[in-house]
Amino acid sequence: MEEYTILRQFADSWMLLVLFVFFVGIVIWVFRPGASKEYKDTANIPFRHEDAPAPLKGDETAAPRGGDKSATSKEARQ
Amino acid sequence: MSNYIKLIVLGLIAIFAAIGTNYARDLAYQVHAILVMLIAGGLFIWTLRNTDEPDILVDRSAEYMDDVIRYGVIATAFWGVVGFLAGTFIAFQLAFPVLNFEWAQGYLNFGRLRPLHTSAVIFAFGGNALIATSFYVVQRTSAARLWGGNLAWFVFWGYQLFIVLAATGYVLGGTQSKEYAEPEWYVDLWLTIVWVAYLAVFLGTIVRRKEPHIYVANWFYLAFIVTVAMLHLVNNMTIPVSVWGSKSVIVWSGVQDAMIQWWYGHNAVGFFLTAGFLGMMYYFIPKQAERPVFSYKLSIIHFWALIFLYIWAGPHHLHYTALPDWASTLGMVFSIILWMPSWGGMINGLMTLSGAWDKLRTDPVIRMMVISVGFYGMSTFEGPMMSIRAVNSLSHYTDWTIGHVHSGALGWNGMITFGALYFLVPVLWKRERLYSLQMVSWHFWLATIGIVLYAASMWVTGIMEGLMWREVDANGFLVNSFADTVAAKFPMYVVRALGGVMFVAGAVIMCYNLWMTVRKAPAKEASLTVAVPAE
Repeated sequence: MEEYTILRQFADSWMLLVLFVFFVGIVIWVFRPGASKEYKDTANIPFRHEDAPAPLKGDETAAPRGGDKSATSKEARQ
Repeated sequence: MSNYIKLIVLGLIAIFAAIGTNYARDLAYQVHAILVMLIAGGLFIWTLRNTDEPDILVDRSAEYMDDVIRYGVIATAFWGVVGFLAGTFIAFQLAFPVLNFEWAQGYLNFGRLRPLHTSAVIFAFGGNALIATSFYVVQRTSAARLWGGNLAWFVFWGYQLFIVLAATGYVLGGTQSKEYAEPEWYVDLWLTIVWVAYLAVFLGTIVRRKEPHIYVANWFYLAFIVTVAMLHLVNNMTIPVSVWGSKSVIVWSGVQDAMIQWWYGHNAVGFFLTAGFLGMMYYFIPKQAERPVFSYKLSIIHFWALIFLYIWAGPHHLHYTALPDWASTLGMVFSIILWMPSWGGMINGLMTLSGAWDKLRTDPVIRMMVISVGFYGMSTFEGPMMSIRAVNSLSHYTDWTIGHVHSGALGWNGMITFGALYFLVPVLWKRERLYSLQMVSWHFWLATIGIVLYAASMWVTGIMEGLMWREVDANGFLVNSFADTVAAKFPMYVVRALGGVMFVAGAVIMCYNLWMTVRKAPAKEASLTVAVPAE
């Protein structure tokens, strides 16, 4: 078979399947159990470390995780 | 040691450029060779004077690298005004052809200035905004200083050089005639080097991050950087006619060339003007609204759906051409499916304000960001509609396309960038607040009314000329000549140019406001008590 036909057949079958399965997999993965809790923390990343990078070690104290939303956002405006 | 290598490289570049100046086969190449020679020579002397000076190593890992972002903010505002002015001028040229001055024929006529305008707003204004905000966002959301030290400076200045080479090239006739990819081969090579450095700085910072998760804005920025690199390389596969000239020949031919050009062109919109700016949206709207993004899950699905779909949408630029029907149908179908991620993202951005809608009344900056997302929704509705073959048969080659592009570029990209600039300047210069919120309101209304005038007049002319072109009389003869449509468009061209004037006026007010914020607004108290080393 010529190159075009081979590539075209591959794109129409296996590659299509791979991309489709990958995408559906992501959607399912996003709704996995426990995701909401993790994403709540992740969504608050912009409200931490506004003025300086995290210290090299033990930055858990410097980064208020989750917590009260209004408090973190107030802090972010400082 | 590294200085010696730098000196050798700079010296070689300067000598090569000097030879190029002598052998240059065309004016654009000659001017660029002189420019490169002067810059390389200047840097050579500067490096030489700093060589063997004692190294003062300061550990700055505890601070963010904000200096380069401050430069980026200034460059964004500057190129924005330049690009808007160029656009307004060429809008008047279309309305009043006498503005294509006789003494400047071949340099400042519409054909030469049009790519100057598009590149100035997309790559100079938009590109600087993306580089500056991505450097800001990636540091804050990774809780790490930019990787690579002075490499970020190389990215900034290297990108400015690319802009200057591209812009001067267009005026002097150095163009490869590919829309949005006009710069010639050596400018493309230079941009490739700068872009790899940009990717390295961005990825290096992400690798260094202290947050376990990579915040969604960074995903969008990364998709933008990687995809633009891929598009740029494939669409600029050219062979120079001579090392001493700017002319080059593309390796693709015929319909493949057209398809690759629009695969590039549409994904320049999809990844440069959409994905990158969505990165901005996902950081600056939550920050300005002081609440996290509406749905983080939606943002992840938004990201993957957008990048999986956008890459296929290019063929809708080539309906009714030599491109096979199946390919243009594929592009059309994917463009229509794109509605979903686009509107998903728009809803995510807008709903971030849920519970804080009152801020719209008091904070003109958030108003700006919200209207930008509104324009995003509007133009991502209009775009898929125009990609439908039947609609495209009316809209293609008309001013409707230009109106569509501008509601996206001025409304979405422009407004979200203005919002980001209004957010960044007080933070970066450690000011309490903006100099004047009233001026932001003025900017907001001038820009919004300007865009409405622009888009509405282009809808009218676009549909009108589309209908005039297809109008046939009872015997099947075309009723209108091309010149008839041009004459009929005149009033709308004037309205469009006035819309442009309002948009420029708003941008100038913004520049004044930002300047006065740095000069006059009260400094932040914290910065007075805590000694933050000036960087």
